[in-house]
Amino acid sequence: MPPLAPNDPSRPTVSSPSSSGGGSPPPSPELLLKAGPFLRKGVTTPRLMVDVILGLGPVVLAAIYFFGLSAILIILAATAGAAFTEFILPPGGQPRGRSLKDGSAVLTGILMGLCLPPAIPMWMAFLGGAAGIGLGKLAFGGLGQNLFNPALVGRAFLQAAFPQAITTWSSQGTVAEFSTIRPSNFALPFMQPPPPVDTITTATPLGMFKFEGQAESLNNLLVGNTAGSLGETCAILILICGLILAIRRTFDWRIPLSILATVGIFSLILWLLNGERFATPLHMLTSGGLLFGAVYMATDPVTSPIAPRGTIVFGIGIGLLVVLIRNWGGLPEGVMYAILLMNAATPLIERVGQPRAFGRTEGGKAVAS
Amino acid sequence: MADSGSSNPLMLGSQQQAGGGSVDPDRMYREFAKGIWKENPVFVQVLGMCPMLAVTNSAINAVAMGAATAFVLVFSSIFVSLLRSFIPKQVRISTYIIIIATFVTVADMALKAAFPVVHKDLGAFISLIVVNCIILGRQEAFASRNRPLYAVADAIGMSIGFAFALLCLGATREILGSGTLFKYPIMGSNFQPWVIMILPPGGFLMLGMILLVFNWAGQTRAKRRHRADGEANAGGEVGSAS
Repeated sequence: MPPLAPNDPSRPTVSSPSSSGGGSPPPSPELLLKAGPFLRKGVTTPRLMVDVILGLGPVVLAAIYFFGLSAILIILAATAGAAFTEFILPPGGQPRGRSLKDGSAVLTGILMGLCLPPAIPMWMAFLGGAAGIGLGKLAFGGLGQNLFNPALVGRAFLQAAFPQAITTWSSQGTVAEFSTIRPSNFALPFMQPPPPVDTITTATPLGMFKFEGQAESLNNLLVGNTAGSLGETCAILILICGLILAIRRTFDWRIPLSILATVGIFSLILWLLNGERFATPLHMLTSGGLLFGAVYMATDPVTSPIAPRGTIVFGIGIGLLVVLIRNWGGLPEGVMYAILLMNAATPLIERVGQPRAFGRTEGGKAVAS
Repeated sequence: MADSGSSNPLMLGSQQQAGGGSVDPDRMYREFAKGIWKENPVFVQVLGMCPMLAVTNSAINAVAMGAATAFVLVFSSIFVSLLRSFIPKQVRISTYIIIIATFVTVADMALKAAFPVVHKDLGAFISLIVVNCIILGRQEAFASRNRPLYAVADAIGMSIGFAFALLCLGATREILGSGTLFKYPIMGSNFQPWVIMILPPGGFLMLGMILLVFNWAGQTRAKRRHRADGEANAGGEVGSAS
């Protein structure tokens, strides 16, 4: 028998018991019928999650380096919120705690924490993690069923619930201030943070550009020496981590590449048309949450399309929306909403680029998929 | 319900019926109680979502909406029930709407005269009671087929059920969104309000959560009853229970 194509589900393996029984007791003299796939990569869900968490490691360390102990507290609070919700509300009648073991809730919590500002109260980070897992994932039926990226659902919930706290950007501390924790982190649950006395608030590079017309220097943007959410500031580090994850095939490289290419090309056109009103393409690419979102958020395998051509449509959509929201929207940053909107469109995009069904009808026509 | 479903065109109104057949107090109570919990218009029938989402950003608005709806529901039920043998089948819906609209206009004007502030808060949603599915649904499903006393019992029960649901949502949203309940601060001066809760998304979120809790409670109860039944029938045949 010639070897079968490994990923060909339409051809069942028909093997006689004499050829497939390897030392087992003599099987019944019936044909064994197996369906594909026959080759497996051996990648399990926990393994994938651990891969991404390791890929996030340098970004977490950079967040701690830039923002001090506040970063640790916020990431821990968000992760605790996500894991706690996953634990107390197990999806689909599973025993408590089983779904926690695949690591997806912890990953959601870490991602959620990394896209929060450093001075946010810890209880809000906890609530954001809980809302992300509860509303974004468990309400849909658990891992694999969710329509929207859970970490971004949590972030969007916080943005709608506490618009002021989530847009208060405190500047990075010096090395000497590493162990000083921002006092607003310790606001009591459900209470407002105390009025800012010793933290210096500032604007993110995107906010500065949008409202004051000042562009941050490219050096600062690349190294990460700017205000912003915990994990989004250091462009170079995110690029390197993303490259490693892409080479390891942890996610589909087409998604971030098509997002970044779309943003680059679109903003280049705008910049050439009117260099005063619009930011340079490099400023667009390296500022705000674009790189972090493109590498870690948009590539979520559950909420992004699977077919290669679909992933490119998905990425182009996100890129266009980011440029539109940043330039013409009310907010300086739009990566979160762009990704959430395209998440909603994913089932539709999934119809693009589906492989053709194998075989033909009797008349010789292709089988409709 | 064969005893009360009147198809006799000669039965005209409550007086004649009250004289004809005696009112069963047990049935009165059943018709009244079912709307509060077992057939709650919001939590079980999921009707009337528009006012449910639109006016529940504070407890006071919720109560005012509940009262106005109750007034309209009770009085239109009485009239539809009294006139049920005169209304031709072909134009019954428009007839109900005219009756309902009359009482909505009364409620609208009364509220405007007595509580202008609340009336301004509720805005167009008072007029929109006309198209509230709960009211039209009760006329079609109950008042047009039953005697006025039963219709009133049913309408009062449904009104209480609806007002209870409105108050649940309104109170939760007001507490989280403004830190107050009936405008009285209960969460302390330093409370951080959740802006989302007084905005439309908060209405959808809280309604979803409340429905979730009610469905979960209902399923748990059904499961327990199922298990209890199974134990009671344990001696009998096993496979027949579905």
